[in-house]
Amino acid sequence: MFDFITFLPRAVVQGIPLLLGSTGETITEKSGNLNLGIPGIMYVGAISGVIGSFFYEASFASPKDIDPLLGILIPVACCLLGSLLMGLLYCFLTVTLRANQNVTGLALTTFGVGFGNFFGGSLIKLSGSELPSIILSATSNAFRRSLPIADKLGWFGKIFLSYGFLAYLAVIIALTVAWILNHTRVGLHLRAVGEGPNTADAAGIDVGRYKYTATCIGSMIAGLGGLYYVMDYASGVWTNNAFGDRGWLAIALVIFTVWRPNIGVLASFLFGGLYILHMYIPSGMNLAVKELYKMLPYVVTIIVLIITSMRNKRENQPPASLGLAYFREER
Amino acid sequence: MENKTAAVAMRNITKRFGPVLANDKVWLDIYRGEILALLGENGSGKTTLMNMLSGIYFPDEGTISIDGREVVIRSPKDAFDHGIGMIHQHFKLVDVLTAAENIVLGLPGRLDLKAASGRIREICDAYGFEVDPDQKIYDMSVSQKQTVEIVKVLYRGADILILDEPTAVLTPQETDRLFAVLRNMRDDGKAIVIITHKMHEVEALSDRVAILRHGQFIGDMPTKMTNAQEMTNMMVGHAVTLNIDRPDPVDPKPRIEVKGLTVRSIDGILKLDDVSFTANSGEILGIAGISGCGQKELLESIAGLQPVESGSICYIEDDGTKEELIGKDPLSIQEMGVSLSFVPEDRLGMGLVGNMDLADNMMLRSFRSGRSLFTDRRSPQHLAEAVVRDLEVSTPGISTPVRRLSGGNVQKVLVGREIASAPTVLLTAYAVRGLDINSSYTIYDLINRQKASGVAVIYVGEDLDVLLELADRILVLCGGKVSGIVPGRGAKKRDVGLMMTKLGGNADE
Repeated sequence: MFDFITFLPRAVVQGIPLLLGSTGETITEKSGNLNLGIPGIMYVGAISGVIGSFFYEASFASPKDIDPLLGILIPVACCLLGSLLMGLLYCFLTVTLRANQNVTGLALTTFGVGFGNFFGGSLIKLSGSELPSIILSATSNAFRRSLPIADKLGWFGKIFLSYGFLAYLAVIIALTVAWILNHTRVGLHLRAVGEGPNTADAAGIDVGRYKYTATCIGSMIAGLGGLYYVMDYASGVWTNNAFGDRGWLAIALVIFTVWRPNIGVLASFLFGGLYILHMYIPSGMNLAVKELYKMLPYVVTIIVLIITSMRNKRENQPPASLGLAYFREER
Repeated sequence: MENKTAAVAMRNITKRFGPVLANDKVWLDIYRGEILALLGENGSGKTTLMNMLSGIYFPDEGTISIDGREVVIRSPKDAFDHGIGMIHQHFKLVDVLTAAENIVLGLPGRLDLKAASGRIREICDAYGFEVDPDQKIYDMSVSQKQTVEIVKVLYRGADILILDEPTAVLTPQETDRLFAVLRNMRDDGKAIVIITHKMHEVEALSDRVAILRHGQFIGDMPTKMTNAQEMTNMMVGHAVTLNIDRPDPVDPKPRIEVKGLTVRSIDGILKLDDVSFTANSGEILGIAGISGCGQKELLESIAGLQPVESGSICYIEDDGTKEELIGKDPLSIQEMGVSLSFVPEDRLGMGLVGNMDLADNMMLRSFRSGRSLFTDRRSPQHLAEAVVRDLEVSTPGISTPVRRLSGGNVQKVLVGREIASAPTVLLTAYAVRGLDINSSYTIYDLINRQKASGVAVIYVGEDLDVLLELADRILVLCGGKVSGIVPGRGAKKRDVGLMMTKLGGNADE
């Protein structure tokens, strides 16, 4: 019998990093910036948080003595700072210098993964651990703390209340972003910048500022996804390259949700579920079959792409100027 | 009029794009309660000048004063603050947004689309527009989009309006409606600048004309005091004849025979319904009709680009042998020895590749020729040089990407290439759209030369006056059906106009 009560919460915690990543990428893409550096940015966000909390924990004789509030604030601040810097770098290259967005993004991903692995490796050496990983269980406990009543409510508590605060924050961010995009002037301007920067510019909107702001905020939200992965999902254990292809899944999720973060909430849980489905379906010891199951999220993304392009509804297409640099006096 | 302060006074405005001097010490005054027509050839710097007023470009030198006070316009927002609104040739609208959303775009404050819709309706009522605030832009026709643009600048409280070639995409009826609105706004005390190439529009609409040539200000005068001939001479810099030659066809023979041609679009809409005609060699067959009446489908069917439902299209050799064209792709139509030169309506979309330079665009036609493994790059280069020289294309060189050229020059490159392939049938659609008067006459001349050398020319045109002067016979399309075929000599504009709107053109009253 398929055990939904254990499967669903696992799917959700798998989905949260994807949700944060895809919300961040959606904001970025709405401004016309195709930031393929998201996997790298999530990676940098994660390692920045790890660095912060590593030194904070190390300043105590026993990590158990840390202040839970600071234990959360320090890694979050470090994570936001790290991913903000990545976002700024991307903007400087693509908006100010008008470099090719695809190349810049891919370079940032490569850079971000290298950056993470370098500092990850350094910290592992510093900690003198025998395992190839950093373990920050005290910080993780602060991140993973759920409502005390969750345990008493049976399956309801398990499915809805068993998560750390970042999971709820992720859902709130996604819904807020969706609301801002569709119901406020800032959202309208942002959509206009991504659809037609010429038009937006002629209407008196500062295109460069919107691109910078959206991309940087998007990067910071995506960075939180990386932080959630380490601190909550992986229980505070950093291992080089453990983050895997989640960054790319987040970008696939943007397409899957047709650029709507509110759809992203459920879609990310679906992706999370598909991603771990192989653990819950008896596939024997055949590793190849497991890998086939892990392809499922990408397969459904391709199907969504086919369906949206067949239905050809204009609202479901990517922002029209996605991937293009804007220069006012271009002739 | 002389004692009024100018709403806008531009003094010594200079703008350079790299080595190109787009505007050179231009002086221009714009008054309220007046429609000013800004004239000039393609690339004479009209749009650039107006873009500086609307904050898209920033002048390198010179000053701009609004109502006597010197101002600095750094961005479109500054321009709005000074009451300047520009309706660009390429509409500045976001397709996936509604009319209301586009209109309030860029304004500060809380987003209240309901209140905005109310104000939009007020403006529409005041000037006689029809705009549905909740309609998406991609669902709109060109003239609806233009209306949204005008409402947009009025919504922002603009009282200095600039319209860049507003009639280029409108039907005659829509143009009349636009002119009525513009006169309304003039009487309301607004200052209006209109950029256009069509002389009869200048004469019909404007109160004053200002003329630019090669980026320099040549002069301005009240429209009543001048005429089309004088204005053209000032624009071009030397005397030009405004008559189009129409030599008699030499030895016309049937070349293309179309019978019962029926075409449906992908959506199943009937685009051409039982169209039959013959195009002769050495003759220009003009195609008239309101835009979207099947002109595009007709040309594309002959060129082999359009699937045909029924009917036949025959190519007739000089010795009378017929070859069926339907069912052949464009390449095999060429291989049969039938050469069709096609100037598509959308010159950059279908005709040329914007990012490739002139020589490479020439090569798009010739790259299959020759036996060598490598393509022949030299002859396209020679061809490009010849086209630049013969058609006076203004370009820094033949290695400039085509998208950098102005619209008229792009058109010249395209027509020049098509004609260079020595066709026996030349299909052209809107060959002079967006071209200034001098370039247009160059194109008419080229087409006439093709006719004289025995080419069967099928010319789809939007300017009825030109069709009546240029074509030997005129085929009028109405809703995909042949409304009639009349000889070009002696045809009356009114009759052809009626046939365009009603099959057969017989008034019922």
